[in-house]
Amino acid sequence: MSTKAVHIQSLTHSFGRGSMRREVLKNISLSIAKGEVVLLTGPSGCGKTTLLTLIGALRTIQSGDVTVLGQELRGAGRRRRQQLRRRIGMIFQGHNLLRCLTAEQNVQMGADLLPDLSYRARRDQARQWLRAVGLDDQLSKLPHDLSGGQKQRVAIARALAANPQLLLADEPTAALDSVTGRDVVELLRKLARDQSCAVLMVTHDPRILDVADRLIQMEDGTLLSTV
Amino acid sequence: MNWFWQGRRIPLSWLLLTRQPVRLLVALAGISFAGILMFMQLGFRDGLFDASITVHRLFDADLVLISPRSASSVRMAGFPRRRLVQTLADPQVEGITPVHWGLMLWRNPETRKNRAILALGYNPDDPFFITSELNSQSQLLKQKGRILFDQLSRPEFGPIADWYREGRVVETEIAGNRVRVVGLVDLGTSFGADGNLLTSTETFLDLQPQKPPGSIEVGLVRLQSDANPIEVRDRLRDKLPEDVLVLTKQGFMDFEQNYWRSSTSIGFIFTLGAAMGFVVGCVIVYQVLYTDVSEHLPEYATLMAMGYRLTHLLGVVIREGFYLAILGYLPAYMAGQGLYWFVRDATRLPVGMNVTRAVTVLVMILLMCMASAFLAMRRLIDADPAEIF
Repeated sequence: MSTKAVHIQSLTHSFGRGSMRREVLKNISLSIAKGEVVLLTGPSGCGKTTLLTLIGALRTIQSGDVTVLGQELRGAGRRRRQQLRRRIGMIFQGHNLLRCLTAEQNVQMGADLLPDLSYRARRDQARQWLRAVGLDDQLSKLPHDLSGGQKQRVAIARALAANPQLLLADEPTAALDSVTGRDVVELLRKLARDQSCAVLMVTHDPRILDVADRLIQMEDGTLLSTV
Repeated sequence: MNWFWQGRRIPLSWLLLTRQPVRLLVALAGISFAGILMFMQLGFRDGLFDASITVHRLFDADLVLISPRSASSVRMAGFPRRRLVQTLADPQVEGITPVHWGLMLWRNPETRKNRAILALGYNPDDPFFITSELNSQSQLLKQKGRILFDQLSRPEFGPIADWYREGRVVETEIAGNRVRVVGLVDLGTSFGADGNLLTSTETFLDLQPQKPPGSIEVGLVRLQSDANPIEVRDRLRDKLPEDVLVLTKQGFMDFEQNYWRSSTSIGFIFTLGAAMGFVVGCVIVYQVLYTDVSEHLPEYATLMAMGYRLTHLLGVVIREGFYLAILGYLPAYMAGQGLYWFVRDATRLPVGMNVTRAVTVLVMILLMCMASAFLAMRRLIDADPAEIF
């Protein structure tokens, strides 16, 4: 296995057909090493989220080579992509928690993806992650009763509970105030380091740029600079 | 047991349903209503068919002779009595019972209003019923003008049973002739007959003097115990002329039920009613599941992004349908029992729960919920995990 968590070679992606066709990503090449924390910034509409969904195996690759965790994604079918997604943790802009489940159960939905573990072990895992994000006293609360920051932390615990080797986060701090946002990002970095998990985070938030090992700027579908 | 604990998951479908109790209640009310509707319609239909042969069942006969012109128990035509006597020529025929059968106008002794009642006339010395109790009661009919009254008859015939039990002499008029009730029997009403009475041939002919005495409506034939009724029936059919129809006892009951099933719209109407219940239930369950899936679409998409398989999510919806079916069936079953009791009490029809119908309705409700779940699942295909970022 290579030491790269993500390897992208001349990736191009476009939406629409015919005269409506618009290139969103133009000839992008990028590598992320294991355990590396990379921040992606850029004006809205420049293609950051599209890049994230392509790496996250949520869309099919149109042209270019994308290798994620040793898996070539071009031409990968629905089933292969679904299998790969189990090894990728995703944190969304909206927390996207399941409203009918408690915080603990939400996190366990992530832990349930782990093979060969008993129900009890998976539940303990879920509790442990909630403790790690500082929510061990909110186990049985529904998302409805949690604050924005707490929900985001539950979402992070859920993403990490599946022991991912790659973490993709789309503006995880957007809904949070500066202090909580800072806490959340610090937490993410620490937990990612402990698990030697690569992190790719899209953000607009200038206050958290310093947690990155590397900063990438994007504009109009191309990568500007690699700092 | 290890595989069980490894297979155990968060009961997502159950939680999806129970965390929205109001919607769950509405859904269950709808499903139960559909179930009750099916129970009711199928119960009425079966009750009608059962009720139409309550009297037929009691006959002590292996073969039954009727006129080919008879349409049903309420429109029995006569045939020559000597045809029944002719069957005695067959070596395997043991005995015969000629029966007069027709509707008569009974006067309610309390309100003095007339109402049609089904009257059976037979010789009290002939074995007629399979229960010895009824046969011994028949001895009371040897005097002229005496009748046995079916206490399961509708109350419109008057408080006959109550008066009789109080020890009063119960007398009333049939077609202008005075008759006296000398006993009570349990036969039961049907859609065709609101009440029944038994009397002797002599009294019967007195009450209906226009009937030719050589003509009977039903002839019961008893065979030797080792005889095959179907063989004897075929033999008699060959020997007897066309003016009489030879049936087995089962064939006689089928003849009656077929009349209600095919020659009247009753069977069709109740089957259609049950089908309507099924459709209504489908619409309700589909509506509930479709809204549920639509509302949770981002959550389903999130699960797909996390690496859950589409089939896993389809399973969640299917299980939701299954839980709805079971939870909706239970109150429908109980309400069905209650309504059957109510209908029995009000109409004296033998409507009751039986295993076949309980299972039929359960299968229908399951089918309904599964079909709706499959339709609602199409919405799930729209869940695109790429859209949720």
